[in-house]
Amino acid sequence: MNKIAAIAGAVVLLAGGYYLGTANQPEPTVIKVPAAPKAEFASDGAAEVIAASGAFSVRAWETPTSGQVIIVKDGESIQDAVAKAEPGTLIKVMPGTYKETVYIDKDNITLSGVIEQGRYPVMEGEGVRNDAVLYSGNGVTVENLYITHYKGNAIMGQAGNNFIIRNNYIVDTGVYGIFPQLGKNGIVAHNIISGIEDAAIYVGMSDNVDVVYNQVFESVAGIEIENSRAALVEGNYVYNNTGGILAFITPGLPIKTCSDVIIRNNFVVNNNHENFAIPGSLVSNIPSGTGMLIMACDDVVVEQNIVTGNDSVGILFTDFSLATSASVDPDSEPNPNRPKILNNIMQDNGNNPAPLVRAFLATKLETRGPDVADTVGMDDGCILNPERFRTIGLDKYSECAFSDTKNVLTYTLPEPVAPRTEESNMDSGKLAYYGVCAGCHAYNSRMIGPPTQIIQALYMDNPEGIAAYAAKPVKKRDDYPEMPPQGHLDEETRLAAAKFMLKLSK
Amino acid sequence: MFRVLILLTCLLANAPGLAVEHAIVLNADCPPGFELSSGHCELRSLYQMYPSLQEAGVGGLKTGLPEWRDGFSPEQTDLGRYLFFDPVLSGDGSVSCASCHHPDQGFADGLGQSVGIDDSVLPRSAPTLWNVAFLKSFFWDGRASSLEEQMQGPLYDAHEMGSNPQLLLKTFNGIPAYQQLFAQAFPNDFIDSGSQVRLDHIYAAITAFQVSLISLNSRYDQYAHGYADALSGPEKEGLNIFRSFVARCAECHTPPLFTNQQLAVIGTPEPEGMPFDAGAQVPMEEPSQRGGFKVPSLRNIALTAPYMHSGRFASLREAAAFYTGGRGHAVPKGEELKIHWHIWEPNLTDEELDRLVDFLMTLTDESFKPEQPSRLPSGMRPVHNNVADAGGIIDGASNHE
Repeated sequence: MNKIAAIAGAVVLLAGGYYLGTANQPEPTVIKVPAAPKAEFASDGAAEVIAASGAFSVRAWETPTSGQVIIVKDGESIQDAVAKAEPGTLIKVMPGTYKETVYIDKDNITLSGVIEQGRYPVMEGEGVRNDAVLYSGNGVTVENLYITHYKGNAIMGQAGNNFIIRNNYIVDTGVYGIFPQLGKNGIVAHNIISGIEDAAIYVGMSDNVDVVYNQVFESVAGIEIENSRAALVEGNYVYNNTGGILAFITPGLPIKTCSDVIIRNNFVVNNNHENFAIPGSLVSNIPSGTGMLIMACDDVVVEQNIVTGNDSVGILFTDFSLATSASVDPDSEPNPNRPKILNNIMQDNGNNPAPLVRAFLATKLETRGPDVADTVGMDDGCILNPERFRTIGLDKYSECAFSDTKNVLTYTLPEPVAPRTEESNMDSGKLAYYGVCAGCHAYNSRMIGPPTQIIQALYMDNPEGIAAYAAKPVKKRDDYPEMPPQGHLDEETRLAAAKFMLKLSK
Repeated sequence: MFRVLILLTCLLANAPGLAVEHAIVLNADCPPGFELSSGHCELRSLYQMYPSLQEAGVGGLKTGLPEWRDGFSPEQTDLGRYLFFDPVLSGDGSVSCASCHHPDQGFADGLGQSVGIDDSVLPRSAPTLWNVAFLKSFFWDGRASSLEEQMQGPLYDAHEMGSNPQLLLKTFNGIPAYQQLFAQAFPNDFIDSGSQVRLDHIYAAITAFQVSLISLNSRYDQYAHGYADALSGPEKEGLNIFRSFVARCAECHTPPLFTNQQLAVIGTPEPEGMPFDAGAQVPMEEPSQRGGFKVPSLRNIALTAPYMHSGRFASLREAAAFYTGGRGHAVPKGEELKIHWHIWEPNLTDEELDRLVDFLMTLTDESFKPEQPSRLPSGMRPVHNNVADAGGIIDGASNHE
């Protein structure tokens, strides 16, 4: 019997070896940039659904592309490609190892890894580099990268609207895996993240963000929505973290509110990892075994999640009493107002509560952690089918007036946020004239440079002349110092400023 | 004889209280950075093209500005300039606003602890006035919520400018040149001949001048607006360290103002021998804010050494190194502080600290620096160039580490 198994095994190995042998000469991967979008999926069923909902598509916008493509190969620098890229460029990164910090301070850049038979482009921090990808531009996409061993964050946004962060594989990168901050309208989807000493996915001070279909594990916090409004956390697999999904206000930040967070259809399972957060950080206070933690965040809906095996508590609503390490901020309202707990599956939670939770339970004469606890005892909350769960502090909750949130397919916007330059009174020429040129030129009085009136007389109908001169000035007048070059303003802005300067009348 | 006459004229011209020969006329143009719109000066900046989440004015490179003060008239702004430099505002005529907020010292004074009248050494450092138009709270401990409220602190403090409201009113209503200027700046309030200078006129004019001190044209700004070559390689490295989640500087010193305008307890040490400063705990009556101070803007930071609320750090390098010294490493024994969560142990290397300093130097822009008046409506001489004499004060020239 054993012999037969061994022979069968050998045959399988042989076959596998043959396969690997032939597969070792892979076809070069062809980068295909679709000229036109593919056809819509069509089925009678879909047509009926679309007609019924009135919605055409969800999270359907992409970073605009111009057709320009830059391919980065192993051994080359991604940052060099970013430096060359104009807005609209698609940067394709081939499999290989990239040891650098990439920063994107431009709009509409797509940074996209090429995955060949499971081989990713790897961004390797070697434990010495700070962050893998930093962006501040609007419309940035970061996808298909394998990021590991950075000290700070894997992917960090500092402002930047309309961001897409998807399909990344992030392992052991330090503080945060994915951290978009101070942006509006973003998608964080299909990322696999583990080994993060704060939050695997951290949406900080942002609006209109969907965090969907991610796998996050072995981190202190799985998914954290902080001081943000309109966030959808859906379809994520969140397991073996210290705390699974968090929605909260951190006091002392410049944007003070958190509200309208939908947490639905997630698996929040066995989040019992030891807390290995940095001392002093807010998440260092999270009790191990917390499925969900909603601290001070308002109008949070918890719907159709599977919340099982979390050893302290399934879902915890609380105020700042957990945030004992932070200074009081009188402008941050501490209560988790209007909590809404719809139908969820909750089983097997609270079997081995952490000391902090145990102490809280002792005040309630309990030893086992509940499925749901509200430490504040909110009187404006609601819950469906409360009898199914073991709860603490929900005595004043009423029955929810609605049973689902299916009319909210997404909290992202149907179209990207338009740049503010499309608003009225955003004449870049006027702003550049007063904001930059006016340091040296007043209309009719002498400052460092000659008065605008004199320049008008010299250039009349020639704004191009002013724009060109300003970029590369030469010493012209003995009675004035040489003008410093203004080439830092782009050509369009210089010309607009010159035109504005010529038509000025006071 | 002729020579004596000239000398006499000069003396008279400089004598306090005497009108100067040519009456001062207030500037009818807005200061640079402002557009005149129906008699009001309105701020204009390329940053106004950018969005800002929740209009909070914090974000990244292309983020809009926080809410600002503007809308004063050119004349009010210019009157404020004269008042700012005029020692007639102090109780004994020995100091002006500019004594501690000197335009050639980044609108600060180069001292760890500022010096008021009678050479009084004050407990804290004079903050820069650049970009105060964007601030929501004032003083290191954030206890004032407007410039008008703030300025009454130093004006009436016995150790700072040592004046009082009655004295100010008596002074300005007793100087015809000033009465004329206030009438130019506030024409609606000086319609009949018996009109008097009021305190709110004084506060408004000084505020008007202060909010004109805009600094948003540094090399960093050129980079932020899209000119990649504005910063050198090492400076860009510094920017990336600055905003990295290892150093975390940008989490509180958030662009575009390089402050998030919050209070933070970070536990910096006082100069040797100075007792611990409880900071925001006092005005807020909030123990968890013990040692809390406002996050200062870093714009023009290279001009305003020494650093921190009482000037403990002589250089930017020392100030940056504080943040890698370990959480609470400088907190005095017996003090229990709620140290801010972003203070941790980033283990920055010496090279990284150098790059941070390189980057901080790119935040300097004085292109809109106002002119210092050569003569003052009070007839007094400007005093802000006099050297403060306060014995063994912290002057920032030596390393105190």
